[in-house]
Amino acid sequence: MRTTDIGDVQPLHDSLVQIDGVNPKRRRVLKGILGAGIVASLGSFLYPVLRYLVPPPVADLGGDTVVAGRVGELQPNSSKIFRFGSRPGLLIRTANDEYRALSATCTHLGCTVQYKPDQHRIWCACHNGMFDLAGRNISGPPPRPLEVFDVHVQGDELVVSRKREA
Amino acid sequence: MRNPVRNALMNGSIRRSLLTIAVSLFVCSLAFAAEPAPANKNSCLDCHSLLEENLKVTPEQFAQDVHAGKGLTCASCHGGDPNSDDKAMDKSAGFVGHIRRAQIPALCGKCHADAAYIRRFNPSLRTDQLPQYLTSVHGKKLAQGDEKVAVCTDCHGLHGIRAISDTQSSVHPLNVAKTCSRCHADREYMKSYSIPTDQFAGYSASVHQEALTVRGDLSAPTCTTCHGNHGASPPGVASVENVCSTCHALQAQLFDTSPHKVAFAAAGQPGCVTCHSNHRIIRPTDALLGPGPGSVCSNCHSPGDAGLQAAGQIRTSLEALDTKIGSSDQILKRAASSGMEVSDAQLELGHAKDSSTKARVTLHSFDPKLVQKDVEAGTKITDQAYQAGVQAMHERDYRRMGLGVSLAAILAVLIGLKLWISDSEKKHD
Amino acid sequence: MSTLAPVRRWLDERLSLDDLTAPLRKKTVPVHRLTYWYFLGGMTLFLFVVQVCTGMLLLLYYRPTANEAFESVQYITTKVQFGWLVRSIHSWSANLMVFTAFAHMFSVFFLKAYRKPRELTWLTGVLLLFLTLAFGFSGYLLPWNTLAFFATKVGTEVAGQVPLIGKPLLVFLRGGEDVTGATLTRFFGFHVAVLPGIATMLLLTHLLLVQFFGISVPPKLEDEWAENPSKRREMKFFPNFALRELMAWYLALAALGSLAALWPWELGTKADAFASAPAGIRPEWYFMFMFETLKLIPSKILFIDGEVLGILAFGFGGLLLLAVPFIEIRTRRLGSWLLTGAGALVIAYIATMTIYGYLPK
Repeated sequence: MRTTDIGDVQPLHDSLVQIDGVNPKRRRVLKGILGAGIVASLGSFLYPVLRYLVPPPVADLGGDTVVAGRVGELQPNSSKIFRFGSRPGLLIRTANDEYRALSATCTHLGCTVQYKPDQHRIWCACHNGMFDLAGRNISGPPPRPLEVFDVHVQGDELVVSRKREA
Repeated sequence: MRNPVRNALMNGSIRRSLLTIAVSLFVCSLAFAAEPAPANKNSCLDCHSLLEENLKVTPEQFAQDVHAGKGLTCASCHGGDPNSDDKAMDKSAGFVGHIRRAQIPALCGKCHADAAYIRRFNPSLRTDQLPQYLTSVHGKKLAQGDEKVAVCTDCHGLHGIRAISDTQSSVHPLNVAKTCSRCHADREYMKSYSIPTDQFAGYSASVHQEALTVRGDLSAPTCTTCHGNHGASPPGVASVENVCSTCHALQAQLFDTSPHKVAFAAAGQPGCVTCHSNHRIIRPTDALLGPGPGSVCSNCHSPGDAGLQAAGQIRTSLEALDTKIGSSDQILKRAASSGMEVSDAQLELGHAKDSSTKARVTLHSFDPKLVQKDVEAGTKITDQAYQAGVQAMHERDYRRMGLGVSLAAILAVLIGLKLWISDSEKKHD
Repeated sequence: MSTLAPVRRWLDERLSLDDLTAPLRKKTVPVHRLTYWYFLGGMTLFLFVVQVCTGMLLLLYYRPTANEAFESVQYITTKVQFGWLVRSIHSWSANLMVFTAFAHMFSVFFLKAYRKPRELTWLTGVLLLFLTLAFGFSGYLLPWNTLAFFATKVGTEVAGQVPLIGKPLLVFLRGGEDVTGATLTRFFGFHVAVLPGIATMLLLTHLLLVQFFGISVPPKLEDEWAENPSKRREMKFFPNFALRELMAWYLALAALGSLAALWPWELGTKADAFASAPAGIRPEWYFMFMFETLKLIPSKILFIDGEVLGILAFGFGGLLLLAVPFIEIRTRRLGSWLLTGAGALVIAYIATMTIYGYLPK
């Protein structure tokens, strides 16, 4: 039986297998390449893993809940646009000190709507669409109401979340 | 006699007579059972469902009619007595027979203009159709004796009149244009009138028709939205803008502040329609604007005059914004397809597209400075999105460089291993 | 290195390391022209380890609820440092592992390595193949995007067609009547706990059996070598074959890195249960052949529903696969050739139906 061997194999105690009878200089170069290569490759695997383990500064709450603002940021009867997932949202503090949050994407052709404090209504500047504070499309071209979100106050944060799915 | 009834029943001949009476009664009752109760008899339909062509009215047809559903019958309009085959067409029972076209509006109006009567069926139904009709072109011409014009039944149907909300009704918003076109697109029929017959063809190519039929937006205008339905008349030159502005309020407001308002009025030109046409309102493109070929500005403005220059300016700035949006879109798409996550930037770019849309509303002020404000807002956003795209592409390159480094290290290991193996195994050959 | 020597000695005094590792030192691998096929088993194992490692990393940030799953994967691929790399490697390695698992199974089949005494190894191996497919199916849903949602809907629908147990099976898989957030939670549980638990046990058994029985050789060669023992060629597993295997694994790493960087895995759009199914839903490529077969079967054969028949046929096929060592007729000629021929036909069928599934129709 012919066994392919690596020279005289030392017992398994020695982790480095010795090669006898090969040009020592070549052996050194080879060990160098191999060693460097292994270290470099292991480094190139470990470096991303170590970076990955460090949590990013922005700890996202996930796309269905977002902090839209802080208490006191808005005056009564005013509004702000906030980012909700991949679409804009409209946060309104009404004259009665209630908070409302709706999708800010007009259901007509997708322009971003705004709150009109003088009319207590939501208005789309593109084609004069009007929505009431419950998101219902009351005038102009929009064919469907705006999606309404839940708002609640958590500490001093105003947290907006999508209506929970069943 | 102790028991008269018993005695009678015992008597054979009396029994026979009683039996005969009983059987006859039974048979008669069968006949009654087989026939519908007298109240449901409709001798009109009994005959007319068997007649041909324009005299044919089937029970199925009539069952579709809203009037039938409310308990009205043929006699409600035509008179006569539907319960009896003899009295069905009896003049003494009020039979009117065929109703002449000129009499139809008044006939329908007998109920539909009577608010107290209609209130019994639908309190919120309007009852001004007849007075409106009389102010319309159709109504006026009918009063002058022209029986070719439309009367109630031409649009609403004759014997199978459906509710307006029924999608199969000839006056459902989706079907109105087709109903009007039955006459108004018929060149032969309209020969004696001095109006064109291309309205339906134009409307069919318009964005309004597309909104109605393709996007399913039932609030989109059809013939009656601008012309009125019962009081149908074309809006006068001075009122066209008011009609359009019921939906396109912003554009109308801006137009009113523009020099065009006074200029058009002076030239007797209608607002809106002069540039956009009345029926063939197609999706406007930038080609409509400016000094180039295909623009509507050149119809009035002479080359080089201030107005045309302003138009050119507006067009240039709109196109500049669109070009920028296009290139930002492109780079973001390239980044996304290389696997970079750019949804944030793409969302922001959507706002720039909003600005582009808004700018095209603002242009109705024909003031380059106003338009430029919108364009600048959009440009700022677009530039940011573009920067995000550039960054994403840099990140992509950085990743590929990283890949290259690790591949080089792996290659070194592979070569090293191969040499190691072959070196050590060579010894024993 | 000499620094490790005292550590080794310490362990050896307590665990008799030398005795434990002795069989490993003696282990040999037969060398013949088909030796390269022996790499596939180790490759599958390597890819499984890659999956476990990248999977554990993903677990640090993934959230298994319908509301947050998609966003958490989006977060991983955009905000987490090198998250895109971990996720793409996980997805690519999954696909490569399914491929190598199939290839390993087919190579063992054609090399007839399932012969006595290795029937148990074959059985555990086929079960591991099924587990791999289950891993793929359950993992696919976890990003909760549109394609995955509908693919899962269709897939579990098919499972529901199994006679008798179909409905309870469907409800068990979906965690309810429909595919909902409950399905996601359940699939997550399967994917990260149940299946890995079972797989680990099966894998350990499989590996132990392989060590116990040694590497098999094709029948003809076995006879040849029995006649002329001097013709036998072997190589020591450690370090010769092991170093070669290390090369293969490094190559696999290079492939995975390149695939992840050049063709990153898509995110898709978030699943919406109320939206209508998009055109062109299809399962992952490794289920494609079954999917296309079911589509081709006429809706009724005699009185039996065509789809049910198809499902039963595939179930029967799975059983046949498990039973291969017992089907193998020991006569070296016709029976053996028939089995080999059947295997070739199966490969051809799977390949054809998979390609067919991707052709525009």
